[in-house]
Amino acid sequence: MVNKILSEDKKDDGIKLTKKDGAEIIKTLDKSEPLYKYASVEKEKVKVKLKLSEEKINKIKEICKLFDNEAGELINILHQTQHSLGYLPAEVQEVIAHALNVSSAHVYGVVTFYSYFTMIPKGRFPISVCTGTACYVRGAEKVLDEFKRQLGINMGETSVDGKFSLSCLRCVGACGLAPVVLVGEKVYGRVSPDGVKAILDAYKEV
Amino acid sequence: MEMIKLTIDNKIVEVEKGTTILKAARKIGIDIPTLCYFELCDMKIENKPGGCRICVVEINGRKNLAPSCITEATEGMVVNTHNIRVLNARRTVVKLMISDHPFDCLVCAKSGNCELQTIATKFGIRDIPYKGEKSTYRKDTSPSIIRDIDKCIMCRRCEMMCNEVQTVGALSAVNRGFKSVVAPAFEMDLEKSPCTYCGQCVSVCPTGALTEVDHSNDVLRALSDSKKTVIVQTAPAVRAALGEEFGLEPGTSVTGKMVAALRRLGFKYVFDTNFAADLTIMEEGTELLGRLNRHLSGDSSVKLPMLTSCCPGWVNFFEHNFSDLLDIPSTAKSPQQMFGAIAKSYFADKIGVKRNDMVVVSIMPCLAKKYECQREEFKVDGNPDVDFSLSTRELAQFIKQANIDFLDLPDEDFDNPLGESSGAGVIFGNTGGVIEAACRTAYELHTGKTLEKVDFEALRGMDGIRSATIDFDGLPLNIGIAHGLANARILLNEVRAGKSNYHAIEIMACPGGCIGGGGQPFHHGNSELLKKRASVLYQEDTNKTLRKSHQNPHIIKLYEDFLGEPCGHKSHKLLHTKYFDKSDEVSIHE
Repeated sequence: MVNKILSEDKKDDGIKLTKKDGAEIIKTLDKSEPLYKYASVEKEKVKVKLKLSEEKINKIKEICKLFDNEAGELINILHQTQHSLGYLPAEVQEVIAHALNVSSAHVYGVVTFYSYFTMIPKGRFPISVCTGTACYVRGAEKVLDEFKRQLGINMGETSVDGKFSLSCLRCVGACGLAPVVLVGEKVYGRVSPDGVKAILDAYKEV
Repeated sequence: MEMIKLTIDNKIVEVEKGTTILKAARKIGIDIPTLCYFELCDMKIENKPGGCRICVVEINGRKNLAPSCITEATEGMVVNTHNIRVLNARRTVVKLMISDHPFDCLVCAKSGNCELQTIATKFGIRDIPYKGEKSTYRKDTSPSIIRDIDKCIMCRRCEMMCNEVQTVGALSAVNRGFKSVVAPAFEMDLEKSPCTYCGQCVSVCPTGALTEVDHSNDVLRALSDSKKTVIVQTAPAVRAALGEEFGLEPGTSVTGKMVAALRRLGFKYVFDTNFAADLTIMEEGTELLGRLNRHLSGDSSVKLPMLTSCCPGWVNFFEHNFSDLLDIPSTAKSPQQMFGAIAKSYFADKIGVKRNDMVVVSIMPCLAKKYECQREEFKVDGNPDVDFSLSTRELAQFIKQANIDFLDLPDEDFDNPLGESSGAGVIFGNTGGVIEAACRTAYELHTGKTLEKVDFEALRGMDGIRSATIDFDGLPLNIGIAHGLANARILLNEVRAGKSNYHAIEIMACPGGCIGGGGQPFHHGNSELLKKRASVLYQEDTNKTLRKSHQNPHIIKLYEDFLGEPCGHKSHKLLHTKYFDKSDEVSIHE
């Protein structure tokens, strides 16, 4: 798309791009600063070794025991642990690997295979944009882009203050309301890029 | 056993129920190409994820092509392994694989030995119509092994070796789809993972994704430095396999030619690690007898069984996984390190060369040896006892590069004094060989009698775990042997649980022992080849007049002139080591 750009018309709301044939590009890019000045927590940078509290380690071990420390129950154990701790950092995976007597590499392999599992903490208000077929054709990608722009983070990342994290999912069964956005458990329907700011503002003072 | 009949390429074949189409076809000489599939049948090692789809065949009445490596043959099945549909499918698979593979075959370490290259040649692939994004990943270099994941085809052989055969658990498939790679936990460097550097992943990798760190240029530089005295030692297993790199029939001993080649490469002294193997037996055998005598006299603090400590992959393994048992292995250094320690003290003094002006090179069937010689405890003021360790493959490369016609070389003898060895030193390269060598010496030292029958057949063989009771003139000595680290783990768990009744256990990390080491010529799944290599060493042992380490005259002289007595003060300083708890290192780091 971009290599066909001929002219850039500066406008208040950003830059409008025009194709060679004169047709306006549907997408309107904005070079202005993100609304919330959050630096993103990049995956690669999360390498500082965490010190897990005794309490947390015991909690993880408890969950493993619930499933008889059975290696075959790894996925269920990861689900429970993520539900309980919010995320699955390397140290947590090591405790699980040890309890189940499997290698950390194996646990990491499973965690990275399933998109549901996350190694970085989700925000207090995890935002999930549905990019299932119905939502997608009704403009979910533009909504997602607007969230990225306003928060200054990418997919799978969390804002530094830990307030918001951004992910996408496939279908929540509310296709009639497409495009759909979830913030925590709350569902927003028929969201347009213009509506993104209002959604975020609602959590601003919380 | 229920037998079934099926037709493959118009030939009828009868096989046991449960046999795969691939094996049924091979039975009648139809060699269906494979890539991810891998087997070392005598070792019960098999990788069949059914992932690469190179081995697809057409089965009458079945809609889709079937991967023959994981599809069981059934009664009356009619299979076609090479019709146009099958061939086109295979070609497409190969092309898709190559479309996400670097085109740098000319400079790839695996060129000529790459199975992807072989298959592309076999199918006459001349163009790759699929253009698009290529997956890229950082290169990871450890002291022994280089991971170049861009060349990985996700056959997952390395993962099988690392997890099932070795139970090291350093590697696993991580991430998903286009981004999936085989990597250590949290994608940390191999160096920080529990990797033992056994190199079995390298020995089965079909492409150049896993290769050894090449030190031949360092050696070349040392050889061209006139101020340096460069000496070389060769491990027993090297002579049993080096010939394969020059087209010789597997199982051909090339000891004499190897010595001649090394001399022509410019090494001032060509010595034998077997000498140091004899020395190891003196130290380790004495240590074993010491522990046994204390045990027999009622000392309950003595640690038994004693474990051998020659194998650096195995040492790494127990430092990572059995750090609570660090006082059980023999404290004797490996032959490579004993050689280095003696060369840079006794021998350097003898020829009047300063330690820093001597360069000790080792030729090893092993990749973990590269790491071992870099360990801090094997250095004196930063100067390592062994400077560089080359694999058998690197030596072959080195010889070819130097315009040496290997096949035409005369047989030459090792130099003295560190080149003389007994038959006991030779069999160190086979599983069971170290403990057999130790028994020959320990028996005579313990009983004071001459051991008439030196071949301990009970200790030989290829079973993963073997045990035998050796009669030491009334004292029954229980010996355990394991090769492959999964087998070692089984024996060690018994020891940990207090259920082991062995007095001594020999462990080698690689299947078959050093003859199957990670630095040996690629066996491409041919387990017959490993047996032939083993027979070379047993034959060389039989051919020697000296069969027992303690009868090696140069060993006797070394103790008289320099060391004093086995396990004495000087020996402890030079020939023994200690082990480190690395259990906590298996973790993420900044």
